Amino acid sequence: MADLAHPDGGGAHAGESRRDFLILTATAVGAVGVAATIWPFIDSLNPARDTLALSMTEVDLAPIEVGQRLTVAWRGKPVFIAHRTPEEIKAAEEVDVSQLRDPQKDSDRVKKPEWLVIVGVCTHLGCIPLGQGTGEDRGSYGGWFCPCHGSVYDTSGRIRQGPAPLNLWLPGQSNPGVNEASQAVYKFTSDTTITIG
Amino acid sequence: MADARPGATNGIIRWIDYRLPFMASVRYHYYEYPTPRNLSYWWNFGSLAGIMLVVMIVTGVFLAMQYTPSADLAFDSVERIMRDVNFVWLMRYAHMNGASMFFAIVYIHLFRGLYYGSYKSPRELLWMLGVIILLLMIMTAFMGYVLPWGQMSYWAATVITNLFSAIPLIGPGIVTFLWGGFTVGDPTLHRFYALHYLLPFIIVGVVFLHLVALHRHGSNNPLGIDKKGPQDTLPFHPYFTIKDLFGLAVFLLVYSFFIFYAPNALGEPDNYVPANPMQTPNHIVPEWYLLPYYAILRSITFPILFISAKLAGVILAFSAIFILFFLPWLDTSPVRSARFRPIYKWLFWLLVVDVLALGWVGSQPPQGIVVTVGQIATAYYFVHMLVLFPLIGKLERPLPLPRSIADAVLRPGEARLGRAEAPAAKS
Repeated sequence: MADLAHPDGGGAHAGESRRDFLILTATAVGAVGVAATIWPFIDSLNPARDTLALSMTEVDLAPIEVGQRLTVAWRGKPVFIAHRTPEEIKAAEEVDVSQLRDPQKDSDRVKKPEWLVIVGVCTHLGCIPLGQGTGEDRGSYGGWFCPCHGSVYDTSGRIRQGPAPLNLWLPGQSNPGVNEASQAVYKFTSDTTITIG
Repeated sequence: MADARPGATNGIIRWIDYRLPFMASVRYHYYEYPTPRNLSYWWNFGSLAGIMLVVMIVTGVFLAMQYTPSADLAFDSVERIMRDVNFVWLMRYAHMNGASMFFAIVYIHLFRGLYYGSYKSPRELLWMLGVIILLLMIMTAFMGYVLPWGQMSYWAATVITNLFSAIPLIGPGIVTFLWGGFTVGDPTLHRFYALHYLLPFIIVGVVFLHLVALHRHGSNNPLGIDKKGPQDTLPFHPYFTIKDLFGLAVFLLVYSFFIFYAPNALGEPDNYVPANPMQTPNHIVPEWYLLPYYAILRSITFPILFISAKLAGVILAFSAIFILFFLPWLDTSPVRSARFRPIYKWLFWLLVVDVLALGWVGSQPPQGIVVTVGQIATAYYFVHMLVLFPLIGKLERPLPLPRSIADAVLRPGEARLGRAEAPAAKS
């Protein structure tokens, strides 16, 4: 730095290199200043603190009978809670994982086999799949069926048919690489209560 | 206008023009401006589009005075506009149907340019500015459609913003950023409202550049040959002002029919159901003017190389418009007008049919034959742009071009009214 700035250093174009140095440093400082000025405008569009704060939901599981499904709102999105029957659990566990589009074992998607907790948003383009209400179309795998573009999910919420690329997400995860129940942001606070978030 | 004529005697006008050449510019660009004398009614759609832009801004500003951009209040404020506020129901119907009219006009304008080769040298930038206007219009229309906060508004916003989740790695983060939350919600509605108000004024700016580029070399014409002298042109006023006004009158009949007799014919009934984040309507479709892109998006049901079906669909739907930027160089034929291009003339209509087919596909649930038709039509669209345009230009033998516009459109001995004689003829 000192050499660059020194008027005698650097041979024939010593004066120019000093000027170049000043131009470069001034430009660099200016660019950092512009970036620092732009950042508040960009960051203002990210979720606000009150939006982030509204991100915990407690659910009482006691009234949900075996085979019943319940939808709760979490971060403005529906979360599907399914009290799975032994047959549904068996069907989910017996699938040959290597045949799946988004291969994942059922045991990696639940904390307790009888309780499946997933985000009820189709991984294709964000519609809400059918299958929560009684009498709704659950698709050919007995899980969920998205009416928008025809994606079919099984009793573990895994994608089986249609355009969706991924399994229904577990709460708090948006990166398929870490989509494991051990890292999902819900926990059983007692045998019959969970908190999501 | 009288004072804008050459030799204006009004002292104030002269004083202003000496300092700010406003009236002088108006005089040149809207009065003397030499216009090819053979322009057909297909050349009305540019000025019609400009008029619709003004109509949309005026009705939009008055709607904004009554509308509340909040997730809790938006739907009710629109209902109040429709029931209680004097005449703003009319502005809303004019605005809603105006969007459809605006797109219809712009699409005709675009296909006019395609048929007569208006994108070719020296009008490449004029064309590209037009494509930018189309992109801005699509963004503006999409965000405007979200504002009433009905079921279609909400789910259109959800599906379209989710397109960005197809981007590898950063996609989901971008979607949260666009929403300002974990789902489409109040922050999303607020920013869409702000941008919906902003973008039209950016469109005005690009339209201004579009006009500057247009007036640099003047309008193309049905023969697609350059004008060679005063005998080929007529002054813009009164010959084309009156032609544009007549076209406007006819257009207003169509527009008024929709506003007063079929105001919801082009909309979706589901949008009169308040937005419900917990339930998706059974059949989501965009507005008619976006159906072809939607059809392309859904046609890709298989991965292409290493790109997932979802991402490939998104890329192709965007490419359908972006490819138009390259059209001036994809089309290798030196002849502009399809009148003198015996093969291209038919291919043009094939493209029209193809785009209409895509529109139909986009409106249908994606099952059975619809998917196949969509895939064929999508493939044809890109083959047309990337293969046929370059190839036909090389293979085709164009018909001989006329020597000049006047030669082609005037009978021998017919009075050759040039721009110099026009003011006298007018008064």
